[in-house]
Order: sequence, then C-alpha cells, then structure tokens
Amino acid sequence: MVSFIARRVLVSILILIAASFIMYVLTANSGDPLQDLSSSSSPNRQALIDARVHAQHLDVPPPLRWGIWLGGVAKCVIPFANQCDLGTTFTNQEVTDLLPHAMVATLQLVTLAFVLAVVLGIALGMVTALRQYSAFDYGVTFISFFLFSLPSFLMAVLLKAFIALGFNNFLADPVIGPTALIVIGLLVGGIWQLLIGGNWRRRLIVFVISGLATSLVLWYMSATNWFLKPALGPIVIILLVAGIAYGTTAIMAGIRNRKALLTAGITGGIAVICYFSLQWLFNISSLGTLIFLAVIAIVVGILVGFLLGGYDRAQSMRVGAVVALLSGGVVLLDRFMQSWPAYLNLDTINGRPIGTVGSQTPNLAGDVWIQGIDGFTHLLLPTISLLLISFAGYTRYSRSGMLEVLNQDYVRTARAKGLPERTVIVRHAFRNMLIPLATLVATDIGALLGGAVITETVFAISGMGALFYSGLQRVDVNPVMGYFLVIAMTAIVFNFLADLAYAALDPRVRTH
Amino acid sequence: MSTVQGSPLEPTIPDGPVAPEPTDANARGESQGRLIFKRFMSNKLAVASVIIYLAVLVFSVSAIGLGPIHGWWKFSYTELNDQLNQGAPTLSIIPQWLGGSGIHLGEHPFGQDRIGKDYFALTMRGIQNSMLVMVVLGLFATVLGVVVGAIAGYFRGWVDAVLMRITDVFIVIPAIVIGAIVGRTANGLGAFGLAILLGAVSWMVIARLVRSEFLSLREREFVEAARVAGASDMRIIFKHILPNAVGVIIVASTLLIASAILLETALSFLGFGIKSPDSSLGLLISQNQSALTTRPWLFWWPGSFIVLLALLVNFVGDGLRDAFDPRQRRFSIRRTKEQPSEPDEPTTADAARVESA
Repeated sequence: MVSFIARRVLVSILILIAASFIMYVLTANSGDPLQDLSSSSSPNRQALIDARVHAQHLDVPPPLRWGIWLGGVAKCVIPFANQCDLGTTFTNQEVTDLLPHAMVATLQLVTLAFVLAVVLGIALGMVTALRQYSAFDYGVTFISFFLFSLPSFLMAVLLKAFIALGFNNFLADPVIGPTALIVIGLLVGGIWQLLIGGNWRRRLIVFVISGLATSLVLWYMSATNWFLKPALGPIVIILLVAGIAYGTTAIMAGIRNRKALLTAGITGGIAVICYFSLQWLFNISSLGTLIFLAVIAIVVGILVGFLLGGYDRAQSMRVGAVVALLSGGVVLLDRFMQSWPAYLNLDTINGRPIGTVGSQTPNLAGDVWIQGIDGFTHLLLPTISLLLISFAGYTRYSRSGMLEVLNQDYVRTARAKGLPERTVIVRHAFRNMLIPLATLVATDIGALLGGAVITETVFAISGMGALFYSGLQRVDVNPVMGYFLVIAMTAIVFNFLADLAYAALDPRVRTH
Repeated sequence: MSTVQGSPLEPTIPDGPVAPEPTDANARGESQGRLIFKRFMSNKLAVASVIIYLAVLVFSVSAIGLGPIHGWWKFSYTELNDQLNQGAPTLSIIPQWLGGSGIHLGEHPFGQDRIGKDYFALTMRGIQNSMLVMVVLGLFATVLGVVVGAIAGYFRGWVDAVLMRITDVFIVIPAIVIGAIVGRTANGLGAFGLAILLGAVSWMVIARLVRSEFLSLREREFVEAARVAGASDMRIIFKHILPNAVGVIIVASTLLIASAILLETALSFLGFGIKSPDSSLGLLISQNQSALTTRPWLFWWPGSFIVLLALLVNFVGDGLRDAFDPRQRRFSIRRTKEQPSEPDEPTTADAARVESA
C-alpha cells in the first residue's frame, strides 16, 4: 500500500510538472504581453516597457522562463521556510498574496455547488431508476438532456438578467395572483403524482391533495406578507422536526426499528426544546458559536442513540446524528428568517436582496445572521448555474448504476431472503452503486473548477476564475500559472482520493 | 456546461465499454452495418434530429450565403441599418383570426442589435460558425485521438506508456482553461483556425477509449489468425481491429461534437473565441448581456439556437449508441417493449429490470 501511494504521488508530481510546462509555454505564446504598454501614449512608455521586461524576464524565451518559474515554485516545497515564489503580476502584486483570497471565494462557490449536485443528482437518479420507464423517468431524462445542452454561461446570464430581477421586483409587491396560484398548484400536483406513482386513483388523490395544499400555503404566504417577514413559527418547526425524525428513520433504519425511531424522536424533541430556550444565545452568536453548536448537536444525537441503541447501536447513533443535524438546520433557518426584514431594510440592500455582482455586499454592517443572509443571496444564483453543470451527469450515472446493481445476483438473493425493500435498496444496492461514482466525482471537480471561470465572470466574483481570466487577457503568465497550480493539484488530489475510496468501497480492488 | 474532456452521456465509467459482441443476426443474411443502420433508423427521435440539424445547416448557409456568394436574405451580418421600432423583432407567427397581426416576416424578423445590424443575419452567421467549429473540431480531435489510441493500444510497451502519460498530462488541464488559452492564441485565425487548435487539445478521451478497445481486440482470435496468415501491422490495424472499434469511436465523437458547441460558445462569450465583426452565438449573448432586460430577443434567439443544436447532436449520439450496442439501452426515450422485430434484443434483461423496479 505504501509503495502504491508513493508511486502514485511521484507520477502525479511528474504529470503536474509536465502539464505546467505546457500551460506556461502556451500561455506565454498566446499573445503580446506588452500590448497595453506599446499602444499607450504616456511619456515614459519605454521605461515602463523596460521595467516590465525586466521584472517578468520577458527577454528570456518562454521554455527557459518556465525554468525560472519552476525554481520559484520549488521553494514552496522546503518546509517552514515560507519562501514561496509564484512570481508577480504586471501590477507588481505577489501571486502568493492574491491566491488565498481568491481560493476562499471560489471554494465557497464550488464546494456548495458540488455537494448539492452530488446529493440531489444521486437522489434523483435513484428515484428515476426505481421508477424506470415511468412518465417521471422520461421527464427527468428529457430534462437532463436539456441541461447537458445548456451552456452554463447561458444559464448564468438567464438567471442574472431575468430571475434576479424578477424576484427583486416581486418583493416590491409580494402578491401571488390567482392564475399563478392555480398554475403552480397544477404543476406541483403533477410532479408529486409522477413521483409517487401507483394506479390512477392513487395518482389522482396525490395530485389533488398536493396541488391544493401548495396553492393554499402559497395563498396564505402571499396574504400574510410572508415573503417580507418570513418565519416558521413553533408549529411549523415542530411539524418539520417530526417529519425529519420520521423520514430519517424510515430511510436509514426502517420504521419498524423502534429503538431508532425513539432515538430520532428524542433527538428531535431536544431540538424543539433548544429552539424555545436558546434564542438568547443565537442573538449574540458568532460563526464560531454556531459551528460549536452544530458539533454539540451531533454529539447529543450520537449520545441519545448510544444510550437507547440496544443490539444495533451504530445504526441508532447514525440516525441520531443525522436527525440532530437536520433539525438544528431547521432551527437555524428560522433564526435566519427572523433577520430577513432587518436585512431587507438595510440602506445598501433597499428591498432588492438577490445580488448579481460579487460574493458579498461591500461594507455591510451586521451580525452573523445578516452576513449569512447576504452570503446566501449573493451565492444563490452563481451556485445554481454552476450546479447545473454536473447535476444532470449525476442523475444519469446514478440511474444507470442503480439499474445495473438491481440486476445483480446479490440483490436477488437479498430479496429472496425476505429482506424489506428498504434494506435491499439502501444497504445492498445503494452502497455498490456508489463505487463507480467515486471516479466520476473526481473528474467532475476539474470540470466544476473550470466552469467557475465562466460563473465568476458573469457574476463578477473575484475568485480564482477571475484571476485566470484577467491574467490571460493581458498575457500575464504568473497569475494564470498560480490558478493552474491550485486547480491541477485539486484535481490530482481528488483523483487520488477517488482511488482510495474505490479501494475502501470495493473489496475486490484491494486484493489485486 | 459539460466540457469536451468529460463525455457526460457516456455511461460506462471505469474502463471504457466492452467490445460489441458479434451478433448472431447474420442468420437473416444482413450485414452488421445494415443492422446498425436499421436500428438507428427505427429511433424516430434520432432520425428527426439528423433531419432538423441538416435543415438548420442548409437554412443558415442559404440565407446569408457563404464567403463571397450571396444568400437569399437581403441583409448581411456586417451592414448597419436604420433602427426600426427600437430594433424589435418584426416576425409574427400568430394569424389574424387568433388576434395576432398575421403571419409575416417583416423587415427584421429577429430584430436588430444596438447599432442596427440585422439580428437574423447575425444569428445565421453564428450558426454557420458554430456548426463549422463543431464539425472541424470533432473530426480533427477524432482522427488525432484514434491515431494516438490505436498506436498505444496496438504496440503496447513503452510506446503505450509514453503516449498515455502525454494523455494524462493534457487531461489534467480543464477543457475550458486550455480552450481559453488556445482561443486567445487563435485570435484572428477565424472559426476554422479556432476549431483546429481546439481540436488539438480535445482528443484525450477518444484516445483513451480507442486504446482500451484496441487492447482487448488485439487479443482476439481473428487478429491472431490474421497475424499467423502473415498480415502486416498496418493491415491488422486498419482491416481487422479498426472496423470493430468503429462503434465506440463514432459514439464518443458525436458526444465530443455536442460538447464542442458548448465549448465554442462559452469561449466566444468569454472573448477568447470568435471575435467581432464576425459573429458567434456565444459572442452575441456576451455583447448584448447588459441590454437583455430591455431587449430580451437579443438573448432568446442565439440562446435557443445553442440549446437546439447541442440537443440535436446529443439525441443523435444517444440513437447511435443504442444502434451500435443495443445491450446498453439506457437512455432510450422509447419503451423497449415497443421493439418487436429485433431478434438480438436482450429483452430478458430489460424485463427483469422492469420487474425489479
């Protein structure tokens, strides 16, 4: 195993060096780095040109300049020396100073989009596989074909120009008209009956109930100005937490597992009590407190599971942790909603919350809740447009993976043993379906980081993509190479992790 | 956006698809190619996609002409006209008896942009350029990938090792990143030069697929027989192995073409692709970004043509995959049950899937 890892690391480093050579030479030859200066009319033009040629070693041919650059990068490897030298930009900023800030902005965006794409994509793919050849399956298939064919810049421009503006205009007068209510109701009802399936009677009942409920809730929200003063309130929170507890148990342990159900119930109960008793703490919270609270919540969930667990402790503990985290999320969501009116009324926001420029409002004063909402409203649209790059891929792969697994002999064996359908799907099929997806996840990270170039350009976020974009425009090689180093290393690390995950998930790989 | 390197519709993840087994359908006296063609023709969606794609091609070329030849449309994509009615589209398709203003084209059916250029001509020119890039990029990258993959897979040993390490090096760089750099270099070369340069950095996926295909095919008995009979390497590669790998190549190449249009439009949008005064669908959206709320047609025409072209090619690729390898009928829009006449259909597997689902 050690020799395998060592060999992999060595090969990766060699590939990285070779790829950096190609990147460097291609970028350096992609245009004239002195273009902006030679067309300028400033009196000290020649001096500026000489200064840039000297600072950037432009008199050295690109392949040799790559050697100088590589020498600077090699210094990063010396431990504790802190001598990293990735070169300077044309404006004499150190690339090492620019990178950390840009990385944070991009990682925020990419991580969220990545996690959502994986979770939603796999979930949707599984449902379509379980409802194969149904109308729902065909619908999702068509939508994923459509998403494959939709370039992300088109999506980004569409969201920015129409959705952001539309929602902001809607908030000025948040009333949903009767026609819209009926259309939304019909739509939601239609989707639910496709999702639930069954014979026509069951479909009709599902359609009517879900459609009517959606329309009524929306009508109530519109009538009470919910969009301006959103809140969940104690009743909705209790209902939501109960639903989470029930649903988590049903999926993870099966509803007949009384110990797990009890764990989920008690954990949910603690969350509801915390909602009533911890509001004072939330009001003075910082980000650190919230992370601390999240950790405590998970610990409490695990503890409840441990104390009640009985013969299958690990399962109850998992259920407890998930319920604690999800219901904690609901409580926090309520607290964020309480700050929404204050956020809307800020001078800098002025009732138009969905931002289309940058990743935060500049000079925003406010506590962690206001900052959180601000981050959410700014990252919402870029995340959606980035998410759709890989979302369709995950639904297709997980659907075909699930179908393949369901045809295997061990699934038939599991059914023949008389195991409940939930156990067959979650325990036997789901885990094996994940194996090939590990590879996909690794390659997808590279595509997402590349796609961030477009998203960041459209939404004017100053992240890694912007660094690359502006650098390439001016043929400024050093920031482009800084960008390349980070994304290539991320891609290589994820590929490596995928290999390890492969070995962890699939015992057959380990023996070879 | 999917990238040229990843082919998201390709369902086999780990090591490339298995070689298509020779079917026993020869009993009916039909060749393999004929069977594949028939299977493809029975997929109505894919056939319709081919027809629409060709129709769009003919329409766009004949409308504004090609090079010095003038088309039937009265405006060119470079001439400036007077702004009529704020440049709003004059196209009307709602007949008068439905309360519309009748079916007519008007002076500028797609409207005009800010400086008065005819938007129909601009869009048609963009379609021409996008299609050119799709075809040239696809063909060039396929040829390159097949050559690299075939040499690596057939000769194995150190040739294989070197070629595959080169592939690894290129695959580390995301398609859009290397595409942007290459596009910046191609500044002024026009659509054709851009397509060739982009093709030169998009061959990696096909090379890997072809290599794995060659690795498995070269161990088969018929290759062994040819070798014993004294066939040269060239003959074995071109006459015995390549024809058997053609299914994989065509499907992967179609998917590459589908992502090529997304890559080209994205690069033109970023300003590293096709430049004004020439026109590209991505460039049109980029130029008119700020005017979209007041003049939404500047967005909808190029936007819908990008999606349409990519969607058509994806449907064709899906149909081709079904035709070449009916066992992998995974993305079929139709029900497999409605396929009675094919004797080599693996209906038992599908039936089992339906039951299990």
